[in-house]
Amino acid sequence: MLELNDIHTFYGPIEALKGITLKVNQGEIVCLIGNNGAGKSTTLMTISGILKPKAGTISFIGSNISDMPAHSIVEMGISHVPEGRRIFSRLTVKENLEMGGYVKFKIKSSKLKIQLEKVYEMFSVLKEREKQLGGTLSGGEQQMLAISRALMSEPKLLLLDEPSLGLAPIIVSRIFKAIKEINEEGVTILLVEQNAHAALNLSDRGYVLENGRIKMHGKGKELLNSEEVKKAYLGE
Amino acid sequence: MFTQQLINGLTLGGVYALIALGYTMVYGILELINFAHGEIYMLGAYLGIIFLAFFTAIGLTAYSLPLALVLTFVLSVIFCSAYGFTIEKIAYKPLRNAPRLSPLISAIGVSIFLQNYVMLTQGATDKIFPNLFEKAGIEFIGTRVTYTQIFIIAASAVLMLFLNLFITKTRMGKAMRAVAQDKVMASLVGININTVISATFVIGSGLAAVAGLMVAVYYGLVNYSIGYTAGIKAFTAAVLGGIGSIPGAMVGGILLGLIESFSAAYISSEYKDAYAFIILIIILFVKPSGLFGKTQEEKV
Repeated sequence: MLELNDIHTFYGPIEALKGITLKVNQGEIVCLIGNNGAGKSTTLMTISGILKPKAGTISFIGSNISDMPAHSIVEMGISHVPEGRRIFSRLTVKENLEMGGYVKFKIKSSKLKIQLEKVYEMFSVLKEREKQLGGTLSGGEQQMLAISRALMSEPKLLLLDEPSLGLAPIIVSRIFKAIKEINEEGVTILLVEQNAHAALNLSDRGYVLENGRIKMHGKGKELLNSEEVKKAYLGE
Repeated sequence: MFTQQLINGLTLGGVYALIALGYTMVYGILELINFAHGEIYMLGAYLGIIFLAFFTAIGLTAYSLPLALVLTFVLSVIFCSAYGFTIEKIAYKPLRNAPRLSPLISAIGVSIFLQNYVMLTQGATDKIFPNLFEKAGIEFIGTRVTYTQIFIIAASAVLMLFLNLFITKTRMGKAMRAVAQDKVMASLVGININTVISATFVIGSGLAAVAGLMVAVYYGLVNYSIGYTAGIKAFTAAVLGGIGSIPGAMVGGILLGLIESFSAAYISSEYKDAYAFIILIIILFVKPSGLFGKTQEEKV
């Protein structure tokens, strides 16, 4: 479904990605783990077109998306929940969701309403807070809103950047459960996580990033049991 | 005298508010003070004279004055919006990722260019806008209110109402607010940033065109340099209300008009242009973010 082939991305003179090659198949949950600065978020930002790779190609369902502007990539069916959630804090919860469906729905259309109800079903607290400004939500609620906003465009592939960051354990397990449900409904997921244990448990496959390169990859369970991963990322 | 000044102030304030909206909308989205915005207002006034002269020449004004006026407004708005659109594409877009000072200097360049362009093509002397309504008006609580004044106050109010509805209710309006808050995230939900920025310039320039034309009708005189003073005053109004805030620009504009009109009447008209800036200095001391300014608090 998604294929990155020898991607090199730069921040000015600094080469953040030094040849990333990875693959996500239809229906999978794939995770990227690695330390701070390994290039996980940069990889996602390059896929969604915010950063442009200097070399290499990205293909999504057969088309080359490496030169497409970010908004066209969303239309292709890739939705990105960025690090730090980036809720539109001065827009209401409902307006945030409407913006999530920007490429698909007209404001006030009946299709938009159906899609809204669909995401409210998963996180009912968002419906209660519909008219509140996004900035007034708690961290956990903001993460739920960020995920729901991304789902509003009915993506084929969902990119999740550190969905557990800064949240209480009970909320984290709630979010992970939701990710699994979203996947079961047919959305392919590429997940970036610091919480390597939870991420690998949830994922079909995983890639370990180090200094802008893929260090190893394999099945989720295999990586969990690998001595190297245990030592470096699971703190065992 | 009080009611008279109130009406004068509201008339002036409506015009300031319409121009201030263009400053504040562009600032909200690009964090750029568009110093060429005052020139768009000036172009609106000139285009009004040109189109009206054209309609008079072909006999439309004699046939139906309201129709000629409506067409004049519509055409001036379309032309000024096209100017705004083009200025953004030529002078600001290539500098989108440059240091913030570069587009600012580019804006000043556009402003100087447009002033000289109009001076060369239209001449440096005042142009007279035909006096359409004589001094006709109505008596209102012992005050004489001209039809032009009623028209300016009503038109400003209606335009501001529509702008507010547009920003709060429509898909494009909401997208504008989203882009103003976080451009990267707006791209990630599929908003085309360039379209939104163009729309901002088109709307802002359209409002300035209306303001320019109304002032031309009101004062009956137009000059290539009127954009400078009006631009600075409207910019003051935008800062007064809190730059980046749309309700702020509306309130700031009207407040500025009232302050000018009342202090010219009750204190001294010699310092007419200074009061606005005195108030601005006070506001910047007391509440630097302006009346409706956003406090930068964001939950992480």
